[in-house]
Amino acid sequence: MALSDLIVQSAISLNYVAKDSSDVIHHMGQKLVEAGLVKETFIEAALKREKSMPTGLPLAGSFNAAIPHTDIEHVKASGVAMATLSNPVKFQNMVIPNEAVEVSIVFLLALDKPKTQIAMLQEIANALQNTELIESLMAAKEPLEIIEMLKKVSKE
Amino acid sequence: MIGKKNILVACGTAIATSTVVAKAIEEALESRGIDINIRQCKASEVPSLAADADLIVTTTPVPIDLGVPVIHTLAFLTGIGKEAVIGEIIEKLKD
Repeated sequence: MALSDLIVQSAISLNYVAKDSSDVIHHMGQKLVEAGLVKETFIEAALKREKSMPTGLPLAGSFNAAIPHTDIEHVKASGVAMATLSNPVKFQNMVIPNEAVEVSIVFLLALDKPKTQIAMLQEIANALQNTELIESLMAAKEPLEIIEMLKKVSKE
Repeated sequence: MIGKKNILVACGTAIATSTVVAKAIEEALESRGIDINIRQCKASEVPSLAADADLIVTTTPVPIDLGVPVIHTLAFLTGIGKEAVIGEIIEKLKD
């Protein structure tokens, strides 16, 4: 399934004013709980996982990303929450955890089966590599715009 | 060319990033006519699975003294330095 289908419109937060990475994960996780996609335990599990195995990704363009996620046992149905941040917050680098990355865009992934979401995951990777798309997502004012942008790149 | 080698792809949970990385490596090497076996695992499983691998590619830190070459990279997620890493993978598989 395409990313535009899995992204949850009610779980898109634009220009969110975040205190820190935990605040972002908590805020986004709560949206997924409200949407009925994840169990309450998802938020704590994602926070804990981010501490031990962080997900910050320095990108090629002006904005960096993070893709927090956790084990499938906390997930009811797969989906993705997204947030753009009004000010970047520090996530630790996935491959060099003692290095901080100033993150402006976050995709919180609810994955319900191992290895079955390959298309969605590849689309997220493609999105992260598409500097122009990331800049457009950062500039979006309405959640619907995000969905339209993602639909457009899925088709390309 | 080179015989069928085993690549172990690791990440934190073995469900998200290693899936992307495994698929990307498979496609990149296949398009170059290199046939490989890929296995995904959690970073914590790497020490016990390393013996069967010719190369480990990981997006999270793993021990480097496993007797198997290890490549730490985010290139398949971020696109930065992807061609260089594919070259490095091919080089390491030749050894």
